[in-house]
Amino acid sequence: MYARFERFWHWSQALLIILMLATGFEIHGSYALIGFEQAVSVHSFSAWVLIGLWIFAWFWHLTTGEWKQYIPSAPDRILSQIRFYAFEIFQGKAHPFHKKRDSKLNPLQRLAYLSLHVMIGPAIWISGLLYLFYKDWAAMELFSGISLTIIAMIHTAAAFLMLAFVVAHLYLALTMDEHPLSGLRAMITGYEQDPD
Amino acid sequence: MSGSRGSGHIILRDILNASSIKRPIVKKYALLLFAPLVCLLNVSISFAKIETGSYSTQSSTADHSQFEELKQDFKTGPEVTAACLGCHTEASKQLHKTTHWTWAFENKLTGQTLGKKNVINNFCVATASNWARCTSCHIGYGWKDASFDLTSEESVDCLVCHESTGSYKKFPTAAGHPNYVPKKWPPKKGKTRQPPNLSEVAQSVGKPGRSNCGACHFYGGGGDGVKHGHLDSSMHNPSRELDVHMDATGLNFDCQTCHTTGSHQVAGSRYDPKASDKRGVVIPGLKDQNRASCESCHGNTPHPETANVKLNEHTSKLACVTCHIPEFARGGRKTKMWWDWSTAGKKDPDGKGIVIKDAQGYDTYNFKKGDFIWEANVEPEYYWFDGEVQFSLLENKIDDSGVVPINNIKGSYDDDKSRIWPFKVMRGRQPYDSKNKIFGIPHLFGKDADAYWQGFDWNNALAAGFKERGFEYSGEYDFVETEYYWPVTHMVAPAENSLSCESCHSAEGRLQNIDGVYIPGQNRFPWLDIIGWLIVLGTLGGVLLHGLGRIVAAKNKKRG
Repeated sequence: MYARFERFWHWSQALLIILMLATGFEIHGSYALIGFEQAVSVHSFSAWVLIGLWIFAWFWHLTTGEWKQYIPSAPDRILSQIRFYAFEIFQGKAHPFHKKRDSKLNPLQRLAYLSLHVMIGPAIWISGLLYLFYKDWAAMELFSGISLTIIAMIHTAAAFLMLAFVVAHLYLALTMDEHPLSGLRAMITGYEQDPD
Repeated sequence: MSGSRGSGHIILRDILNASSIKRPIVKKYALLLFAPLVCLLNVSISFAKIETGSYSTQSSTADHSQFEELKQDFKTGPEVTAACLGCHTEASKQLHKTTHWTWAFENKLTGQTLGKKNVINNFCVATASNWARCTSCHIGYGWKDASFDLTSEESVDCLVCHESTGSYKKFPTAAGHPNYVPKKWPPKKGKTRQPPNLSEVAQSVGKPGRSNCGACHFYGGGGDGVKHGHLDSSMHNPSRELDVHMDATGLNFDCQTCHTTGSHQVAGSRYDPKASDKRGVVIPGLKDQNRASCESCHGNTPHPETANVKLNEHTSKLACVTCHIPEFARGGRKTKMWWDWSTAGKKDPDGKGIVIKDAQGYDTYNFKKGDFIWEANVEPEYYWFDGEVQFSLLENKIDDSGVVPINNIKGSYDDDKSRIWPFKVMRGRQPYDSKNKIFGIPHLFGKDADAYWQGFDWNNALAAGFKERGFEYSGEYDFVETEYYWPVTHMVAPAENSLSCESCHSAEGRLQNIDGVYIPGQNRFPWLDIIGWLIVLGTLGGVLLHGLGRIVAAKNKKRG
């Protein structure tokens, strides 16, 4: 189900995002864990690794055509998926869509991951780079209209959305399979039993 | 700068010192290879990693004890100066041009005339009409009233800065002279101060040491540590923890290592501060050899590459001392933080002036001066500072509706000159002419009945003080609260004792006063935090409920 790169991407990204959330909210001042300086170091370092990973991921998606998996579905398909999560699942009805190699994502997943990749992700890394090089941008007289306050605000807001995504993703990914935990197994081994 | 030759010597010696860095041979060669590159790129070397020897080594080619001219039975200080001038023909002429001598300073930026002759402070307030007491810290002899001849070459006191016996002390009330006969001091304490042996003192002269400068600068404001809080008697021989550069058993810097001198002009005046030194490392050949800034040795990117890169980015907006002087008055001495003149004058039923001392012997009340608050290990206050300081001088009307700043410090995030600086803020209450709205000039010291310390009558004291400065006194006085901003620059701690990130990057961090910039960890958007956590917790709650719903539904189905 999942290619080697896809699995590597998923798990390293997961690790990095958790690391960055943990250190990011420490920098934000939500709690004290490893100390501000350490948190900044880990956060900045992970940021570079994650950005590198994302570049590879974008490249991989574009060259393999896998990006098409994120094309939003027709509205009626989206509605039927919503109907499933909202009502049908409690009635014990079957999933409206089956996971296939060439169509791994259900209509809501498509929307969620698309917004993760083209909205939350870029919001974080663009604001993050502005944040990290704030002094240099100022020296180059670039982005001078954007104060650090605004940058920090966008970065923090995106981080909250990322954290909410992680929570929802964990629930859905771990409990929504037609066979218990088959998605997790597939994300580790690459293979998933095709229900058909 | 005409004195660049003198400073050049110091710099050459530095370079010789720096080149004897003890490192493994391979690293030494690597250093040789990269040194020119490092210089070209203006990248500064981490000073923390360099092993340095003691800075202070006497290397004069003249032993003044062998000079016949100094083997005299000198009767007075000016006689010694006359002997000095016999060889050092230009010395007094040079001194006459210094603020140390004139007590007047033209600030080119603000156009104000400052100096001890002109400024008003919230310690003993003003020099005018109190000359003989105040000028015990003047580098001259005999400034006992306004008629003092500032062109007299023999009135320059060479000894106070250059003698090295430690026995030469200007007598506190003798207008800059030491006592030439045994004299009682402090008065009514039964102690006698012996006169110095001027011949011995004259033969001891050399390069000034910390204690020469400290004789005045450690005791400003009327006592040990009173004024600055980062200069006090603990700096005669400081430990490494107290001052990493002056560390008596380590680098052992003199004052003039940083306060470079030439033609007796001393660099680095508080009257003309540089909030941000963009020259970088001061190398020989630069026109301006002033090294009274951290950057002039450490450069603008002083932290080693192994440190967090953000540290070097902080230097454009933070003075080095903001992090590297975590507290002042760290040497075991207290500094005065509050001085309330309005309560002065209290006497007990027997007519004896009241003095109250704290457990360590510091006056908390003195009938001559009022109430004091003393503190040690003081956390500075932090403000944006661009180096421009406007003083409230006698010519300026004051706004007595609130606290009056004696000096206004300018600065903000938005200009590239300003950086966040640490300050000692001296606060207190002092007399002012409540009708004319100008600071009062109290005539405190003297044997006349008008002097406050004789008659304890503010009206008489202020009338005499104003008269001395040529100002009309309305006859009405009151006390006004004032504050005086003193940049903290000395008592630089070793790197390991500097502030941590959390000192500022936390909710209760030290930079609460600082506006114009977002400080991660300190600044928040409360609404964003609320919305953000609502979204996160809402999601969590949502999935939990959803999961619960599924479990219940599945059970119902089984049962059904």
